[in-house]
Parts: sequence; C-alpha cells; structure tokens
Amino acid sequence: MNQKFPKGEIKSIQGRSFTIKGDDIDTDRIIPARFLKCVSFSALGEQVFADDRKELKGNHPFDLDHNKGANILIVNDNFGCGSSREHAPQALMRWGIRLIIGESFAEIFFGNCLALGIPCLTASKEEIVKLQNLVEKDNNQIWEFNLKNLSISNQKETVKLILDEGPYKMLYSGKWDATSQLLDEEEKINKTFKNLPYLNNFKQEI
Amino acid sequence: MSSRTLYDKVWNFHQVKELPGGSTQLFIGLHLIHEVTSPQAFSALNEKKLGVKFPNLTVATVDHIVPTSNQQRPFSDPLAEEMLATLEKNCKTHKIKFHGIGSDSQGVVHVMAPELGLTQPGMTVACGDSHTSTHGAFGAIAFGIGTSQVRDVLASQSLAMNKLKVRRIWVEGELQKGVYAKDLILHIIRHLGVKGGVGFAYEFAGPAIEKLSMEGRMTICNMAIEGGARCGYINPDETTFEYIKGKEHAPKGKEWDKAISWWKSLASDSKATFDDEIQLDGSSIEPTVTWGITPGQGISIKETIPNPDLLPKNEQQIAKDACKYMNLKPDEPIEGQSIDVCFIGSCTNGRLSDLQEASKIVKGNTVAAGIRAFVVPGSQKVAKEAKEKGLDKIFLKAGFEWREPGCSMCLAMNPDKLEGRQISASSSNRNFKGRQGSANGRTLLMSPAMVAAAAINGKVTDVRKFLQK
Ligand code: SF4
Repeated sequence: MNQKFPKGEIKSIQGRSFTIKGDDIDTDRIIPARFLKCVSFSALGEQVFADDRKELKGNHPFDLDHNKGANILIVNDNFGCGSSREHAPQALMRWGIRLIIGESFAEIFFGNCLALGIPCLTASKEEIVKLQNLVEKDNNQIWEFNLKNLSISNQKETVKLILDEGPYKMLYSGKWDATSQLLDEEEKINKTFKNLPYLNNFKQEI
Repeated sequence: MSSRTLYDKVWNFHQVKELPGGSTQLFIGLHLIHEVTSPQAFSALNEKKLGVKFPNLTVATVDHIVPTSNQQRPFSDPLAEEMLATLEKNCKTHKIKFHGIGSDSQGVVHVMAPELGLTQPGMTVACGDSHTSTHGAFGAIAFGIGTSQVRDVLASQSLAMNKLKVRRIWVEGELQKGVYAKDLILHIIRHLGVKGGVGFAYEFAGPAIEKLSMEGRMTICNMAIEGGARCGYINPDETTFEYIKGKEHAPKGKEWDKAISWWKSLASDSKATFDDEIQLDGSSIEPTVTWGITPGQGISIKETIPNPDLLPKNEQQIAKDACKYMNLKPDEPIEGQSIDVCFIGSCTNGRLSDLQEASKIVKGNTVAAGIRAFVVPGSQKVAKEAKEKGLDKIFLKAGFEWREPGCSMCLAMNPDKLEGRQISASSSNRNFKGRQGSANGRTLLMSPAMVAAAAINGKVTDVRKFLQK
C-alpha cells in the first residue's frame, strides 16, 4: 500500500490504471457505513468497496493481483454520489489511488478529492469507454497524466481530459489544501462577520 | 437590483474574498457537527496547531451512532462510545456547545438545529453531512461538506466555494390527500434524475410549495442532494417566520421585527433570472415509491416496475442492476410487493407531523404478522411532543416498536439493521445497495404514512385506501 500521500504541486502522475464500471456508484458502496465507525482514517484503505468485493469473492478490480500498485482509476458517470463522507476518497487514497478519470463526478466527492490532492478529471462518454478499453487491454502499461496538457497517454494513444480552471489552478500551484489560504487574511473574515445582520443583532446600517 | 435570486443575495453577504484559484472564500454563519465526520477534522486542526476561530458559530450533537433501544453510557458498542467520547472531548477543549446524550435537545442534526431556532433565513449553513440541504427550507444556503472542509470551517469559519447555478422548480397546484412532501420530492428526482442537479442549487417555489408546512419544506430540501443538487432552498415567508418565532435561538423583542424585514428582503425578486426553470403540476402527483437502488428510481403506486429495455439508453444498465438486486420483475405492480421491515424516522421524515400522519393510518390497526416495524423520532423534542399527543401509545398498541432518537436504520451505523435479503419500507432518503446495514438488504423509499400502511398490510399499499375508510 502506497502511503506517500499527495503533497504540493500536482502536475503529473504516472502509473498503472484499472477501471470500475457503472454509473451512479455512491459513496456508501465505496465505503459502507459500518466502516465510518472510527476516529481516524488510517484503516480505511483495506475497506474500500468492501461489500462489492465480498460479493465478487476476490474478483473485484480492487482484489485482482494485477491491479495491486496501480494508482489511476477510470470510472463512469456520477461517480461518488450520495453521502458526503470524506471516508470515500480517503479509502481510495489509502488503497493507493492518486488520480480518477470519469464521465462525471458528484460535486461533494469531487471537492473532497481535491482537498486531498487527488485530481478528478472528466471526458466524454465515448472517450471514457475508449480509455477503459485501452486500459483493460493491458494492465501492465504505464499511463502518464499531464495536468498542463490536460491529457493522459500511454505513449501510443492520448486522451484529452477536462478540468475547470479553479481546481486546475489549485492543483498546479499546490494550493489545493485550502486551510492556509483561507487564513491568509483573517481581517477580511472578521469584516464579513461584522457585516452579517444575523450575527449583529440585525442592525440595519452596518 | 431587481433581478436577483435569494441564492445571489445570501452569497453576496457572505463573500469574504476571491481566492487565487478562482473560487470564493465564503463565510459560514452556522456550522453543525456530529460524531462521524468531525474527529479527523479536529485531529487535523491539532496537527496544524490551529484553534477554532468562532466557537459560538459551531454547534454539535450526536446522532449517527447512537443506539435507539438503550442509551445508557457507556454504549455497549465500544467504537460508538469512543466516537461519542471523542466528540465530547473536542467540544470541551474548543468550547463548542454540545447537545449530547441526556440533553433534551439531542437529535438528528438536521432535525434538532431547526427546532432550536438555530437555522434562520439568510444564513450559510455547513455540516459534514450531505443532507445539510435540509436547512435551505428556511431560505438559507445550506450544503454538505467533507471532513477536510469541516477542518477549514473550524479554523477559518469559511470555505473555498464555487458559485452554483440556480434552477427554479415551480410546482403548481396542490398535493392531493395521501400525497406528501416526500412523494413530491421523489417525483421531482425521478424526472430530473439523480445527477440532474449537479452544478445547481434548486429553488423550490410555486403554490404547492408555499402550501407546505416547514416540516414538509424540510423534507423537500433534505432530498435536493439525492437529485444531485448540493443545496435546495425555499424563499422565506410567513410560514417560515411563524415556525421560528419563540424558538430558543430566535431573535427576540425589537430584533424580531428587524429580522423579519431583513429576511423578507432576501426572497428571490419577482423578476429574478434563473439559469434554468422547470414547471410541474403538484395536483397530479400520486403516492410514490422507489423500486430500485437510486432515489431516482421511483414510480407512482399505480405503476409497474419499468422494463429496463424500454427506458432511455442511459438508464437501462442501472435499471437492470436494480431489478436483479431488488429481485423485482419488469411489469410487476409495485403495489402488493411484500416487505419485512418498516422504518419511520430519519432527517427526511422523522419529525412530529410525519409521526402524526403515520399514526392516523396506524390507529386502531395492527402490524401484519411477521413484520418488524419501528418508529425512531428524529429528536428528543419530537419524541417528547409525540408522547404528549399519545402517539407512542398508538404505535405501540398496533405492534410498532417505539425507540429513542437517532439516525438509526437510515444508515444503520447503530445496531438497527436489515438482515440478509430483507426488504424494508422506509421513510428515509437512500435506497443504495447495502444502505440499511445488510450488504444485500433492500429498501423501498416512501412517505411515513405509506410506511405505516405497508406495516399494517405487510405489503406495499396505497395509503389512500386507509384515508377513505
Ligand atoms: S438521518 Fe440519515 S440522512 Fe439524516 S443525518 Fe442521519 S444518517 Fe444522514
């Protein structure tokens, strides 16, 4: 299990890839609720997709030997919908996933991934299906993700990816860990506080 | 200035500054925390040697892991006890108000906060829980966040956010007898899809919405997230003010009048421009039940399980998965489908009016043989008021179990779980695979009154049959 978590600028990611197919894969499936009973995230890597894996008795992508050590996940539509639990991206990250590419992502999941330094990029349905087929043809090939070009490539084939400007800049500059940025100008926070009617006895002119 | 939505206005009040990445630093007026998504946030805060910036603006309760049969401390589940103890300790260290076990205001976070008058129009509300959208019922911008963001709010009382687009969902007419807010929102999600709302805030408006009580409005906004919309809201009006008035944290005296005039000014302007608008007729909606594994897979009680091959292409695969998982056959009626467990509760439908409506169906009837049925009030206050009205007795007499408040079988992090392939009629909000505690358990979502009807008949039943009697 890869325990070097994302840090700083994230401009490129290299590694092997595999797919999880299906639309609307919710965070209850990525990490079932019983594993939320913890005060630390550390054990979650083992438990990713626990119920789906149990059902497939060792044949789930996260159990297959040739996927061990892979770090790029290709998914379909509306991945990560449902519960806001950050345990889901935490479980994926602690298993070893560093990049997720799919048709679309649920918003809270996308934000949770970004806050951990895990980029989620999208491409059209056709492109994703093409990418999934390429990935499945040979699980040993090394894929290279390039943030600047917004692309992923295996030397022969390149797939163009989509990412909004905001998250792009955050990953590129390494400022995806928001806390320090938010505390940059505390006086502005205090000013907003003082201008909110409901926090200031509903004074009219503030 | 006459074309702004409530969302625009509230957003502007809370803007701290633009961040380099292009997102906005948004001030959070009310931060709610609970035991599941906060411990790691506090640890991260400690690691960064940061404190809580405005402890008064964060309020805590415990709900997800609490047992509902015996709330004696320590809890028999040591992990649950550890989570509660960790939250207690964190609140104490950081001087955060905690409504814990034994407090008469403990409850599911989205039930207890409005009851205390904490949720008010014009606020930004954040909580490490996706159903935070509930609070939008008051005309607040309320949304769920992840644990890293809980840390950010604790440290800075703000978040890096991107502004959403606004879709207005206008509901004409009036809901018919036996049709409730739950049916309306299931109907909306069915038609707009579980990801139709991604990138949007939903403004729910129109005569059918205005006629809803605050509790009904909370049910609607609660499930905005199941339609993909991170927040849903309803413009504040007299119904809203009436609900807040006199609550513990409501503005009092002279402040009350000032508050009302500010709140009124926040409603979307009559000429407000929306990024998208949709209209539907509330009068034609029938009691609605989900048959599948996403909240978008709902049908009216009179319909049959859809044939996956006849659905739009992008819905076929998930419909096939759903038929297989649920063990339901295409073209079978949903009415009459037998069930094993009935659950009335959750932040969607665990409020007093939900229990009242259900009790009307239950009164004088008996739970069908072999059915396990139970009621879990959403909060201590709901439990107390329900008991004062004698609802507990009605349910108990009919063969329901009456439990202590908590999230319970909405997500089954406590001992209340489905077993094996059991199928439930549930007033909660998610029918995902494994959601109710058994990896292959099955869930049919419906209104609390429909759950009550299902409990009496032992099968999915049109609640209107009980109302005609
Ligand atoms: S009742 Fe269910 S949806 Fe609501 S907060 Fe609890 S677990 Fe979440």
